[in-house]
Amino acid sequence: MLPRDLKAEHFNRYPAEARKLVTDYLVALQALPLSFVPNLLREAIDYDFKFPAERRALERELANLQSLIAPRSTEHSPEHAAERSSEQPQEWFRGFAQIKLSPQLEQMDWVNSPAQFVEQLSTHLWATHQLDAFRKAATEYADRLHAVVPLEPPPIPRLGIAVIGQGVSAYDEPLFRKLRPHGGYFSRVKPEGGLRLLLNAIAARAQAHPIPYGHWYVDGGEEAEHFPALTCVSYHALEPVRSALLRKMRTEIAEPGMGPEALRTLLAQMNPVELGLGPAGDPVLDRFRVKLLTEGSGTQIFSTTFVQWTAREALRRAQPCTLLVRFAPRQRQKPMNELISEKEDETELDPHGSLMDADMGAYYNWINQQRLSGADQSSFLVWFENHNEAVAIGPSMPRATESSTPTDLRELLSLIT
Amino acid sequence: MSRRDFLRSAAGVALGGALLGSRALASGIPVKNRKVVVITFGGGARDQETFAPEGQVNIPHLMGELIPQSSFFTQVVNRGILGHYVATASLATGVYETINNFASLPPEHPTVFEYFRKDRRRPASDTWVVAPSNGFNRIGESSHRSYGAGLGAQVILPKHLLTAALSGGHSEYQHLLRDNYETPFYAPELGGSEVELEQLERILNLSVEDFKGHARTLSSPDELSVYVVRQLMRQEAPSLLWITMHDIDVAHAGAYSLYVEGVRRTDRLCAEVWKIIQTEPEYAGKTTLFILPDFGRDSDEDSGGNGFQHHRTGDAPSRTTWMLALGAGVRENVVFDRPMESTDLVPTIGAILDFSPSLAQGKPISELA
Repeated sequence: MLPRDLKAEHFNRYPAEARKLVTDYLVALQALPLSFVPNLLREAIDYDFKFPAERRALERELANLQSLIAPRSTEHSPEHAAERSSEQPQEWFRGFAQIKLSPQLEQMDWVNSPAQFVEQLSTHLWATHQLDAFRKAATEYADRLHAVVPLEPPPIPRLGIAVIGQGVSAYDEPLFRKLRPHGGYFSRVKPEGGLRLLLNAIAARAQAHPIPYGHWYVDGGEEAEHFPALTCVSYHALEPVRSALLRKMRTEIAEPGMGPEALRTLLAQMNPVELGLGPAGDPVLDRFRVKLLTEGSGTQIFSTTFVQWTAREALRRAQPCTLLVRFAPRQRQKPMNELISEKEDETELDPHGSLMDADMGAYYNWINQQRLSGADQSSFLVWFENHNEAVAIGPSMPRATESSTPTDLRELLSLIT
Repeated sequence: MSRRDFLRSAAGVALGGALLGSRALASGIPVKNRKVVVITFGGGARDQETFAPEGQVNIPHLMGELIPQSSFFTQVVNRGILGHYVATASLATGVYETINNFASLPPEHPTVFEYFRKDRRRPASDTWVVAPSNGFNRIGESSHRSYGAGLGAQVILPKHLLTAALSGGHSEYQHLLRDNYETPFYAPELGGSEVELEQLERILNLSVEDFKGHARTLSSPDELSVYVVRQLMRQEAPSLLWITMHDIDVAHAGAYSLYVEGVRRTDRLCAEVWKIIQTEPEYAGKTTLFILPDFGRDSDEDSGGNGFQHHRTGDAPSRTTWMLALGAGVRENVVFDRPMESTDLVPTIGAILDFSPSLAQGKPISELA
């Protein structure tokens, strides 16, 4: 089937809000190339479980497409920016239209399984040497979209905080090498009460600016006591979910005909209740938590990977104004087949390796924060937990500077926010 | 500093093309005595953790010992699929293969081993592959109708061999048995011509007990591979030996420290193989060694990826790597900046070992061949 054949009833299996959303924009979808539409549907099918920021972004993108394809029908819409751009739809999708697809792809049920289609499309693009052309088309589309539908600015300047090195008593190597060029390095930070101070600081932001899913706290171990309005994800709290998932994977792997692709598909379809998260939970956040484990690589095994991936996904999807992540020691490396076994051995930790992981993870957190709107006003603080070292980055903080003046985290926060 | 600049400064050596022209150095060794060893520095390493200024600390052996003896090619581009099995198959055929990376399938085009054996009428014992995981068991022989069956390399999978040797309680060795990191929960069923357990003694001249005992002293699968390589070089002395390293690919688990540890270990093991080449009488003075990653990893800047963890974006850093060539017929201490493709390796080996890889897409590297 091709997009031009789409009808409203094709979306009957979509969740209620997603169904309404795509059928509202059916005319636009019908006019788009097949190499493009399933990527959009992959987002739309999860609309009911998306964070507010992603919902708004999707709505604005669809409205823009509608205004491109059928400008008259949207002339009263507040969202018809592309019409003003005077660009023709063909210009937006020329690159996608030139992608050659296989009959097998066209025959897939890409309406109900858009994620699987995208996975197969990716394989096809690699095998037919069209990946670069697709990347170019996607980049050009995103550039055009952002030009006519600019990213929403954050309600307040963003603040990212990374706390790294829990459990490390001494470390001789230089830390924060990748972040130092972007801000100030402080070598005499008073560590006393540091974590509590940071948690209180983000709580104050959450109280002052109550935004749904706008203020996050992610912990690689057991979460510390925190302000309840913070959106919290912790490795420790998800331990039963991780165990349930690994049990499920073991069972499925033993099934005849199961392969990597089939397993990935199965994992992508798992829902929170199947993994033991109760129906009374927050459906959006629970779905997010499950995806961290079913879509992330290594998140089931290493807490440092879990924290970094959680921060990346939270920033990409929820686009929070505040994000505090605290890395904790991960388990020592073991082979995967031992790790997924049910042995009850006491877990050995690797605090030094975890500090290296977290140092790189903090850098990635900063990069991912800077990809969001308002980057020029955003701030970032990374602190070696219970030690004296920190780097502070912000619009008013000189770059690549060093200070050995005694200070504390409260002062550093005030310098950058 | 651009990539080109830091790679050149890392080498700290003369710019080959400008000073020396592009002619290869005559080895003076009769072609029938020449040997080639290929090491894939894998799976997948970035400049930042290797030859970039901040990464050089991770490769002291390459920097201090091997580069001064090498021709260093700074721009090796892989335009194919960036999965380890399919990319290694592409390196071995000189054609960008499109086989399923996760299935136990042979390459579709003739491998370097088949060209060599057919043209030079060499026995199977003269070409060997030492590979990391069960997924590589078909790498030695293609499905091509004019080559294929009976013309390929012998493939040895050290971890598979160890599994067979353990035959029961093997909890002590679990750290060596990981199959791969891209799909860590799978080990494809074997269907190729891998070495069976009884060959351990016959070919490698090792008792099962000796093999198990030595394995106990090793920390990683690649260390086990190099141990097997040493035995193979002593016992069989193949003319064409292909070693696929894979420890680095632990990066897929997302732990940066483990990835860097893998880079450091691979650096050490490459130097170890070079030392073996120089000390084994069958190899010393007549062997050309190639060291190259199968590809890179995603950059930190590409929002479609997650930095070092994967190689999924197809961005320039994930496609662009380097190659060291050293030993017989290779100029020492020179760097070549011109771009080449990873498919150029097979035609280059063809020129060195005097066979004609007629279906390969690449071109011989004029500075070596």
